[in-house]
Amino acid sequence: MIIDYVGVKEINGSLIVIDGVQDASFDEIVEIRLDNGTRRQGRIVQMDGQRIVVQVFEGTRGLSLENTRTRLTGHPMEIALSPEIIGRVFDGVGRPIDGLGDIFPDKKADINGTPINPVSRVYPQNYINTGISTIDTLMTLIRGQKLPIFSGSGMSHNELAVQIVRQAKIADEAGQGFCVVFAAMGVKNDVADYFRRSFEESGVLQRVVMFLNLSNDPIIERTLTPRCALTAAEYLAFTLNMHVLVIMTDITSYAEALREFSSSKGEIPGRKGYPGYLYSDLASLYERAGMVKGSTGSVTQIPILTMPNDDITHPIPDLTGYITEGQIVLDRALQGQGLYPPVSVLPSLSRLMKDGIGEGFTRADHPALQNQLFASVAKVNDARSLASVIGEEELSPTDKKYMQFGKLFETYFVNQGFSTNRSIDESLDLGWKLLGTLPRAELDRVDDAILDEYYNETSPEDFKQ
Amino acid sequence: MANKNVIYGINGPVVTVKNAKDFSMMEMVYVGEERLVGEIIGITDNTTTVQVYEETSGLKPGDPIVGTGAPMNVTLGPGIIDNIFDGIERPLSEIEKSSGAFISRGASVPSLDPNKKWNVTIKVKPGDKLFGGQIYATLPETPIIEHRLLVPPLVKECEVISVKPDGEYTLHDTIVTVKDENGKEMELTLCQKWPIRTPRPVKNRLSASIPLVTGQRVIDTLFPIAKGGTAAIPGGFGTGKTMTQHQLAKWCDADIIIYVGCGERGNEMSQVLQEFSELIDPKSNRPMTDRTVLIANTSNMPVAAREASIYTGVTLAEYYRDMGYNCAIMADSTSRWAEALREISGRLEEMPAEEGFPAYLPSRLSEFYERACLADTLCGAQGSVTMIGAVSPQGGDMSEPVTQNTKRFTRCFWALDKDLAYSRHYPAINWLSSYSEYFTDLDPWFVKNVGEDFIKYRGRISALLQEESSLMEIVKLIGSDVLPDDQKLVIETCRVIRVGFLQQNAFHPEDTYVPLEKQKQMMKTILYLHKKAKHLVGAGIPISRVLETGLFDKLTKMKYDIPNNKLEMFDQYRAEIREKLAQAAQA
Repeated sequence: MIIDYVGVKEINGSLIVIDGVQDASFDEIVEIRLDNGTRRQGRIVQMDGQRIVVQVFEGTRGLSLENTRTRLTGHPMEIALSPEIIGRVFDGVGRPIDGLGDIFPDKKADINGTPINPVSRVYPQNYINTGISTIDTLMTLIRGQKLPIFSGSGMSHNELAVQIVRQAKIADEAGQGFCVVFAAMGVKNDVADYFRRSFEESGVLQRVVMFLNLSNDPIIERTLTPRCALTAAEYLAFTLNMHVLVIMTDITSYAEALREFSSSKGEIPGRKGYPGYLYSDLASLYERAGMVKGSTGSVTQIPILTMPNDDITHPIPDLTGYITEGQIVLDRALQGQGLYPPVSVLPSLSRLMKDGIGEGFTRADHPALQNQLFASVAKVNDARSLASVIGEEELSPTDKKYMQFGKLFETYFVNQGFSTNRSIDESLDLGWKLLGTLPRAELDRVDDAILDEYYNETSPEDFKQ
Repeated sequence: MANKNVIYGINGPVVTVKNAKDFSMMEMVYVGEERLVGEIIGITDNTTTVQVYEETSGLKPGDPIVGTGAPMNVTLGPGIIDNIFDGIERPLSEIEKSSGAFISRGASVPSLDPNKKWNVTIKVKPGDKLFGGQIYATLPETPIIEHRLLVPPLVKECEVISVKPDGEYTLHDTIVTVKDENGKEMELTLCQKWPIRTPRPVKNRLSASIPLVTGQRVIDTLFPIAKGGTAAIPGGFGTGKTMTQHQLAKWCDADIIIYVGCGERGNEMSQVLQEFSELIDPKSNRPMTDRTVLIANTSNMPVAAREASIYTGVTLAEYYRDMGYNCAIMADSTSRWAEALREISGRLEEMPAEEGFPAYLPSRLSEFYERACLADTLCGAQGSVTMIGAVSPQGGDMSEPVTQNTKRFTRCFWALDKDLAYSRHYPAINWLSSYSEYFTDLDPWFVKNVGEDFIKYRGRISALLQEESSLMEIVKLIGSDVLPDDQKLVIETCRVIRVGFLQQNAFHPEDTYVPLEKQKQMMKTILYLHKKAKHLVGAGIPISRVLETGLFDKLTKMKYDIPNNKLEMFDQYRAEIREKLAQAAQA
């Protein structure tokens, strides 16, 4: 027998309280029907005996204490999955919005997922060639990794994500399929449109699953969007054995939605008003990347977040950095100089690259080159800060060499442009060519044997072609 | 049926029960139809609060809660080593067998394999008097670890009534029967239980006197840690906390390593699993896994189990300490544990202290770190538990509560530095802000085993680094050209110390582990060059001519060029320094 509960006891923000509910379970989805015929969905977030607190996804506007009928659905939040979802567009909670009708489900899955058993994980070691020199050489993306882009408002993170999707050779040797799952959380309509257009232009649109929660959509749905997207991604990767690249933008909007929800529940806030469980909550998203035994697919995540006020110590980038396996940091000063992609090399990092590069993966000299480039770029910064005090003229000859190296590095290595696709050999050779402008004695991170093979003195003129 | 307790309210991992009188504080309970593991954390007249170690979705008010009558405990016995557990000692590979690659809830698997046969040697005979903590049998747990079965430590005195012959037994077979002073019989099997939040007793604690040799130059030389000591590794993300922990787990000279991945990345745990099974321990020629226990509670696994995981880890370590082993526990990261405390405290609506952390954070931290010790154990052996906890300060800000409180309760502080990490100077341990309080405790050992000069060189190296840091202040302002030659020499020597000595390449076969003797020889050679060069500079020979000899660059690379087993090469190096500098002086 299905019981309708008439009316609610209390309304507060997006939360409603209903009394006298029988047989409800924690985290269950309820359906709320208004007297005017509209339907909304909600989720049970707290229970005290027969009193339940429900979070209404579409918001509580128009609800009164008497005009609703609530019904328990008997299951947690689920989405319908089938191979047909590829190429489709859904809203933030997984309902199709492209007018092509409902999905006929192969299976239904709880969007919260379950944690991957650490012993069942396969350690990711296959690199993804993105064709972008800075990323491939210095912060190599590995299949099954989660590598966020730390950016700021107005910087070219979207272009970078699109370029990665377009250029990434992600399908494996067996020609196995890949697909992209795109989750938009609170992004502007234009941005979602830009992604859609770019996917279309690069011919991958038929391989994209889109989950769109735009900035004017209900914020409570926003907290579910990435979970729907990742559930779809896990299905594609681990059931259908595809290589899935998940792009989630913008994590900052997600965290803000979480904060709003938390404060309306009256929870004790942690840093900057974000709930104390922000770390666990973000981890429950990011940790869904990886590969598992018994399946040949993989889930690789590129979350994009705009750092509020470009502050990398803000709780959102900070906690993200503690969970993800590295980060790609974009820099406003580089962007200001018109360089693209404006990747700031020093704070960027890929934690998984050390076992996915070198002999048998990319090239034997890659680890040494990577190490030396980082060290040399760090010296450039020292030289620049010295020059800002005493003037460039007064620098020692070595420091002047570093200033020159820094300039060349940014102009030729970092600034490669939106349409240039460089092979890993091209990127590595360019790296050695740049190091050639420095005296050999300065390259203290590299074995002599490797230097003998790769070091050739070059001058700035060699770069002008 | 008497007094069936049921769920009343649910809020995330916190569940409440109304009008229950039969639960005790910290009792372990089973919650709901799926029997999720939980623990009683609060009792008032009419409400009992339970924290549940698993995901609570799907629980209903009215579901049963069953007490176990005992506090949260772990099973101690053979089969712990070479295993990987979750935060409450459930073996993850068994869970994988029962529920596949994704962990489902309420997985009920025994902690240790009950069917595996162990080759037991009985060490007592009828009539023997036994005390708590004494050995009654041994068995080979792995080829390098002999597992010693101990009488439960709280037993006062008992007499052996009967013993089984040596042979193969499983975990729950009774092998020895004893009678305590009241005449009550007790059966001793291959395993026992111990509550995770209670430290296991020892005969008496000893003061630190032996270093934990790690083969990492910056640690062994400048900031050594003692066996039975405590250390904190704070650092923002990307500064190499986990890498440092891995290096220590691989190379330190403890008998047993307990690696607790507390709220960290899943891929990192799979890396540890893969690396440790491939890596051969140079001392025993066996895979590292033969001496390692992993506790993995990744960041997306339930938060309450994360809170328990470090206690589980330290309890396992104490059990092996009691057998007479030196154990080291690596907790990565204690900040995640503190955040789990904060999360649960928030759910309980407790009054928050600094940054939302509960006011009892410092006392919990001190309770944890005080379980590290070097001790005479009840069985008469000497064992130790060394604790190395990573701390992940929010925003890299070392003034936050977890770092500050950890600093109060640990005696080594290896501060990881963002700038060093950015320039890929690993291990990124900052030599100016780190410290070790164990110098005076450990110096006698170093004098006896490595030589008095080791301590002398260490002092000179840190003095040079200090001097360099004040010189660098000037260089940052006006450039290095204005410095007089003798100060330039200090900067050049410190460059060798920093790049050639402090920086250590974990991926280089020779450099990943460096024995103490080589560390000493490296220091000696660097200081020798410095002394000789200073002599020349003092005699008016320009520093550029000294640098042209290429000796500084050569010493920078000696960590790679001199293999760990060819230390006699250092003499050649010093001879070369003598020659080349003599030439430079004449030219």
